[in-house]
Amino acid sequence: MRELTLDDLDDMVLGATLLGTGGGGDPYIARLMVRQAMEDFGTVKIVTPSELDPDGLVLTVAVIGAPTVISEKVPAGPEFTGVVNALASYLGKKPVAIMPIEVGGMNTLIPLAVAAELGLPVIDADSMRRAFPQIEMTVFTLAGIPASPMSVADEKGNVMVFETTDNQMAEKLARSAVMQLGLANGISCYSMTVRQVAEAGIQGSMSYCVELGKRLMAVQRGEAGSFDEFLKFAEAKIYFSGKIIDLDRRTTDGFAKGTVVIEHMTDPNRTMHVEIQNELLIATEDGKPIITTPDLICILDYENAQPITTETLAYGQRVNVIGLPCAPEWHQPGMLELVGPKAFGYDMPYVRMGEAK
Amino acid sequence: MSRLKIGIDVGGTNTDAVVVDEDGEVIASTKSATTLDPSDGIAKALSEVIAGVDKSKITQAMLGTTHPANAIIQRRNLQTVGVLRLAAPSSLAIRPGAAWPKDLHASVIGPSAIVGGGYEYDGREIAPLEEKAIREFAQKCKGKVSAIAVSCAFAPANYAQELRAGEILAEELGADFPVSLSHQVGQIGLLERENATILNASLFGVAEGVVNGFHNALKGHGLKVDSFLTQNDGTLMTAEEAVRLPILTVGSGPTNSMRGACALAKLSDALVIDVGGTSADCGILVDGFPRESAAAIEVGGVRTNFRMPDLISIGLGGGTIVRQEGNGVKCGPDSVGYKVITEALINGGSTLTLSDISTKGGRLSGFGDASKLSGVSDEVVKQALAWVDEQIQNLSDRMKASRSTMPLIAVGGGSHLIPKKINGIAEVITPNHHAVANAFGAAIAEASGSVDRVYRYDDQGREACLDEARKLATEAAVRAGADAKHVRITAVIEVPMSYLPGQGCRVQVKAAGPLAS
Repeated sequence: MRELTLDDLDDMVLGATLLGTGGGGDPYIARLMVRQAMEDFGTVKIVTPSELDPDGLVLTVAVIGAPTVISEKVPAGPEFTGVVNALASYLGKKPVAIMPIEVGGMNTLIPLAVAAELGLPVIDADSMRRAFPQIEMTVFTLAGIPASPMSVADEKGNVMVFETTDNQMAEKLARSAVMQLGLANGISCYSMTVRQVAEAGIQGSMSYCVELGKRLMAVQRGEAGSFDEFLKFAEAKIYFSGKIIDLDRRTTDGFAKGTVVIEHMTDPNRTMHVEIQNELLIATEDGKPIITTPDLICILDYENAQPITTETLAYGQRVNVIGLPCAPEWHQPGMLELVGPKAFGYDMPYVRMGEAK
Repeated sequence: MSRLKIGIDVGGTNTDAVVVDEDGEVIASTKSATTLDPSDGIAKALSEVIAGVDKSKITQAMLGTTHPANAIIQRRNLQTVGVLRLAAPSSLAIRPGAAWPKDLHASVIGPSAIVGGGYEYDGREIAPLEEKAIREFAQKCKGKVSAIAVSCAFAPANYAQELRAGEILAEELGADFPVSLSHQVGQIGLLERENATILNASLFGVAEGVVNGFHNALKGHGLKVDSFLTQNDGTLMTAEEAVRLPILTVGSGPTNSMRGACALAKLSDALVIDVGGTSADCGILVDGFPRESAAAIEVGGVRTNFRMPDLISIGLGGGTIVRQEGNGVKCGPDSVGYKVITEALINGGSTLTLSDISTKGGRLSGFGDASKLSGVSDEVVKQALAWVDEQIQNLSDRMKASRSTMPLIAVGGGSHLIPKKINGIAEVITPNHHAVANAFGAAIAEASGSVDRVYRYDDQGREACLDEARKLATEAAVRAGADAKHVRITAVIEVPMSYLPGQGCRVQVKAAGPLAS
C-alpha cells in the first residue's frame, strides 16, 4: 500500500503524459480535479491485489468523449461516481477498489478523484499501460473478459447501464451514447474480481507511472546521469534525434490522423516518419518499421525532455524519438489482431522492440 | 493635406514615440527612460516628439504599454473580483481559481459561484440560466468586489447567457458596475478563459489610470484626436474598449516591436529576432501579423488562453557571459545585462561577454575599445561565435513553419551578434529607425475582428462553414473600426477534433484592415 500525495501527483502527471504517447488527453484538467478531490475528501491509497479480498468487486472508471469538449465542459464529479454506483447497483455488489482502464493520458488520474470521493483504494493495475483510442484495446479483451455490463453517465444524472455481445460492440454503443450525453462523460466497464485483476491485468501500472514520471522529472531538472537512469528504468531507447521537417494532419472517421517527418540531427540523408492516429503508432525509417504499436513511441523535446503531444507538434522542433516496450502482459495470443499495426490499417509487421534489424 | 499619426510605446526600460505620415514614413522620433509613473513618461515623450510637427495634421494617437502586464507581475493595484461561472451542474469538480499562485489568489479572487447554465458542444443548454442564483451572488458581492468576471461553458460558440447574466448583474449592482464577459476575452478552454477574464476584471482600475493619463497628455497639448491602444495581436482597440479589455494588451510590446521592424523593412512576411543584453526573442510575421501561440500562456503564474504572439526566448544577448571550460567555451546562460556598458572587457570591465567576442570576431565595431581584447584567443572567439550561430540557426528553424526561405529582420542592441548567413534565411536585414520599432509598430496598427468556434463540416460542408467564419470575422473587424472596403482575412486556422462526430473542426479566422477615417 502506498499513500498518494500531492507531490506524487506531479510525477504521475508527467508519467501519464509520457505514457499517453502523444495522445490520451491533456492530464492538466484531471490533475486539477484530483487536487480538489484530495482537498475535499482526503488522500488516496494505492493497493496491490494481494492486499484485497480475491472475490471482491473491482470497478473501473474513465472519461469518454472529445478532449476539446472536455476543455470547455469541465468535469463535475457525478458523471464518474454515477457510473460506478450504477454498475455496482446493477451487479448488486459494492466495489472494494477502483481501477484505471488506461494508465496513459488523463484517464490515469480520473480514478484517483473518484476513489477519493468514494473512500475506496485504487488498485495498482490497468489494462493498457499506455493510451489507446478504443475501449476494446485492452489485455482484458485478450483474456476474454467482457467490457459489458457497462455504464455511461453525464453530470446531470442521466445514466445508462447496458450489455453487449462483444467488446467491439461495447465501443460502438458507448460512443453513440456519449454523443447524446454531451461528449464529456464517465464510463465504467470491465467489472471483475480482484482475482481476475491479478490474473489478467497489467500489474503495478500506477506505481510504474509515478516512478517513470519521477525519473523523467530528474532529466528535466538536468541531474547528472538522469537520462541513462530514465532509459534503464523504462527499458527504453533513443531511436532517432532530429528536427521536424514536415507535418501532415488530416481528420478521418473522427480520428486525428497525420504523419510527422523528422530529419536526423547529424545525417540529413536519414529521416524518420511517425504515423499518428490520436496517439503515435508507427515509426519507420526508409519504409522499414522501427517502433510499432503496441510498443510506445514518445517524442520528447530535445532540450527540456518534455513529452510533446500530437496537437503541439510543430515544424522545426528538435526532438528525441524514444521507444518504450509495451507492458509484458500484452505479449499473448491475439495481441497483433487487436492492437498491432494492421489493427490500425498499417500494412506492416510488428517489430518487437530490440528486434529491429 | 497629409494626415499624421502618433505612436507611443511604454516598455520596461524605455518609452518611445514616433510621428508617422500617411506613407508610413517616420517624421519624428524620440526615446526616453520609462518613468516610475508611466503617465509622466507618456506626457514627456509626447511633448518631445510633436515639438517640430504641425499639430493640426495629427488625427490619431496609438499607445502600447506594459502597465497591465507589470501590474500583474508585481501584484500592484489589482482589484478584487467576484467570479461567476455559468456551467452547473458541469465543472463542479474544479473550482474557480484552482492552481492560482496563493498571493495572486488572495489579492484578486473574491466570492465565487458556479450556477446553472452553459452550453453543450452541439448548442443545447447544459441547464437554463439560473437567474435567481445570479441575483443572490450579486448581493453577496455588493461592497466586497470592484468587478465581476462571468464565464459560460462554450461561450465562444454562444454567448447569449453571458449577455443575460451581465444584464442581471447591472440590474442588481447598477449599470456602471464593471463586469467582464469571457467571450470577449478568451477562446475555447473554459478554465483558461475564466482565468483570463478574472485577470482582465482585476485590471480595470489600472486600465482606467492609463487611459486617463493618455487622454490628459493629449489634451494638454491641445490634440483632439482619436485615441487607441494596441492589443497582443498587433491590432487596435479604442481607448474606451481598452478600459474594459486591458488583459488583451499585456503582450503588445513584443508584437509592436515585431510589426514595427517588419514594416520599417517594408516586408510583410519575415522572421524577427530582437537581441537585447540578456536574451534574444524570436517571432514570425505572416501577412504582417505575428503568428499566435498554440500553447497555453502563463501570465503571472496563471494559465490563460487569450491571443498572444508565438515567441521563443533564449539566453543570448550582448551581455551574455563567456567562460573557458577545459578546451571548450561555455556561453551563458547568465549575463551582465545592461551593465555591458561598464562590465564588458571592451568597456574597461572584467567580464568576457558576447559583445567582446563580437568585436574581436569583426561583427561589432564602434562600441568600446577593441585593443583591450588582446588576451582573448582566436580559438575562444571561434568557438563562442560557433555557439551563437548554432543558437540563432536553431531559433530560426524552430520559428519557421516550413522549409521555404524567408528574410530575417535583426533588431535590438545585441543584433550585431546575428550572423549574415543562416540556412533557410534569404537575407538578414536591419532597417532604419529600428531603435523605435515598438512605437512605429503601435503607430501603424490596424483594426481587427476574429472568430473561434467549432463547426461540423458534415452539416453544411467545409467551404460554407469557412465562408461563414470569414464573414463573421470581417463584420467584427468593421465593428472594431476597420474600413469595410479594405478589410482582409489575415489568418484561417482549422484544427480537426478527435472523437467529434460530423467532422468536427475548430475554426479560427481573423480579419484586419486600416482604420476608417
